[in-house]
Amino acid sequence: MTRVTSAQKIAAARAEGRPALIGYLPAGFPDVPTSIEAAVALAENGADIIEIGIPYSDPVMDGQVIQEATVQSLANGFKVSQVFDIVRGITERTDAAVMVMTYWNPVLRMGVDEFSRRFAEAGGAGLITPDLVPEEAGEWIEASTKYDLERVFLIAPSSGEQRVQRTVDASSGFIYCVSLMGVTGARTEVSSAAQAVVAAAHSAGAENACVGLGVSRREHVEEIGAYADGVIVGTALVAALRDGGVPAVGRLAAELSGRA
Amino acid sequence: MSTPENSAHGQSIDAQSLRHASGPYFGAYGGRWMPESLMAAMDELNETFEAAKNDPEFIAQVKDLNTNYSGRPSLLTEAKRFSQQYCGGVRIFLKREDLNHTGSHKINNVLGQALLAKRMGKTRIIAETGAGQHGVASATAAALMGLECVVYMGAEDTRRQALNVARMRLLGATVIPVTVGSQTLKDAINEALRDWVANVENTHYLLGTAAGGAPFPAMVRYFHEVIGDEAREQILAQTGRLPNAVTACIGGGSNAIGIFHGFLDDPEVEIYGFEAGGDGVETDRHAATITLGRPGVLHGAKSYLMQDEDGQTIESHSISAGLDYPGVGPEHAYLSDIGRVSYEPVTDTEAMDAFKALCRTEGILPAIESAHALAGTIRLAQRKIAEGANPEETIIIANLSGRGDKDVGTAAAWFNMIDEKDAEAEINAANSQSSGSQNSEEK
Repeated sequence: MTRVTSAQKIAAARAEGRPALIGYLPAGFPDVPTSIEAAVALAENGADIIEIGIPYSDPVMDGQVIQEATVQSLANGFKVSQVFDIVRGITERTDAAVMVMTYWNPVLRMGVDEFSRRFAEAGGAGLITPDLVPEEAGEWIEASTKYDLERVFLIAPSSGEQRVQRTVDASSGFIYCVSLMGVTGARTEVSSAAQAVVAAAHSAGAENACVGLGVSRREHVEEIGAYADGVIVGTALVAALRDGGVPAVGRLAAELSGRA
Repeated sequence: MSTPENSAHGQSIDAQSLRHASGPYFGAYGGRWMPESLMAAMDELNETFEAAKNDPEFIAQVKDLNTNYSGRPSLLTEAKRFSQQYCGGVRIFLKREDLNHTGSHKINNVLGQALLAKRMGKTRIIAETGAGQHGVASATAAALMGLECVVYMGAEDTRRQALNVARMRLLGATVIPVTVGSQTLKDAINEALRDWVANVENTHYLLGTAAGGAPFPAMVRYFHEVIGDEAREQILAQTGRLPNAVTACIGGGSNAIGIFHGFLDDPEVEIYGFEAGGDGVETDRHAATITLGRPGVLHGAKSYLMQDEDGQTIESHSISAGLDYPGVGPEHAYLSDIGRVSYEPVTDTEAMDAFKALCRTEGILPAIESAHALAGTIRLAQRKIAEGANPEETIIIANLSGRGDKDVGTAAAWFNMIDEKDAEAEINAANSQSSGSQNSEEK
């Protein structure tokens, strides 16, 4: 099986003259089969890259909507190893690149090498790591190189030039540009800081800079798409899944991608 | 663990100094496992702290506050009746952090960090609190220095510690009950981190324990080093020699690392940290992180952690809200691994027995946190005697990290003292007990 990478999907979107759409959903919310169906609906309605979040007991970068979804997933008995089933379920049915967003302790606990191996076998493209910075990522850099996985680190409006450079150098696939100082959650407007973060990433040599946090509408996608290579939507999709199930996820994805 | 007899002449386990480990790593532990959004603030804090440590003006400011505001040096009190009745005559000295302003060691750290916040031009501090001691101390420092203060506290804890919530509000702080997750200390830290990410421009996160990402563990220790420095000087002045052992309770481990610091480079001094054993480490209701946890990352540091097979944090349990934390400072993880400090669990029952013992023999009402150190001290003294030590020539310093006023409700309920009749029966039962620590089931 040839794995589809996020870099490939972003390049393909660029060739079509549009930003890549990256959609986030929590693993096991509301249950494992539904989280696969929702991700498939997301891909079928225009998401280029699917980002599956592993529910974690202490998600310090997440706002209320995602916290509540992941708490429910854990309460329903979600186990970390089920994320591999979910990734496999999506890659078997779509041509989206599948990334996993995870706080680092669950990966450490399983063992960075074992997690990486099983994730690659399931067809995953790479990991987005919100509480892992390159300085602490030695083991992950080694494993991701060994299993040919993409490493998506984050940069923020507060990141200085040196940190941006270091992070861009350590990343592959794309750079996750945090649009604002805060946690995940839908906001009515996209922070004006986002464009500067993307510019910093590009000038440090990043080929692909994608913007996340606070993005929830088609107009945000268009606005960010003017300067970024991809747009990441999370909370709005999770709320749609919570309130309207899989069909609502499909409808929102179609709207975000400009197909609806 | 070395004994005073052999190590004084034998191999020293500390070829290099352990006292001033600067981080960011302590062996395999420590580091900065946290979001990129906070890295700039951590760098700024680190630079400010490193510069302040070498600035005579800052050092003088801290010393002045310690002396003229907190009331330092805190006393070193020999607990003679406690020693005779519970420790077989082993000489016990209490480092009286309970006598500090606000009633615990916490003030040492908050004053230092609040000064750093001012140096960084921050106008707002945020803090987490479990029992409320660190929240009260933070609110105090904020009032003293004219800073806005917001304290995150698990909703469960705000109910258990309503009096401390009122104290913080009286001091001008905003207390935000945290209703997510387990609604206790770890979730209060999560919420404080979320606030910090959003407000890092004008806000300093005044972390209350020697955990978290670098520079917090080394910085919090630095502000508590005064405990160990004073204790070492005082025991030399009072007895002419170093103690055989030093003990402290361990939650995150800030009072412990403060007093340990004074003795880490004295290989003849044994050092013990007593963790919250809750209902017992054979049950799943405890907070004995080093005893039973395994390495992981939480709240910015790699250290021992109570976690399940998936790396999800397990909720801790202890009668002491201040020890009810599933992580522990990374320097303790390191000191455990290299064998310099021994960490042992103490159950709720043992701690409460020691709590009452100190009340009745010394007229000192300890914090339940500190009662864990006292229970461990009783156990250690009895072990020393069983090993053939001459009690009169054996000296233990226990860190009495805080006073127990905040725990009166919990203790009164534990001992059924709410009703007068029950209290009387309890006193009679206490008088008929033998002098061991393993006595009746009180609960």
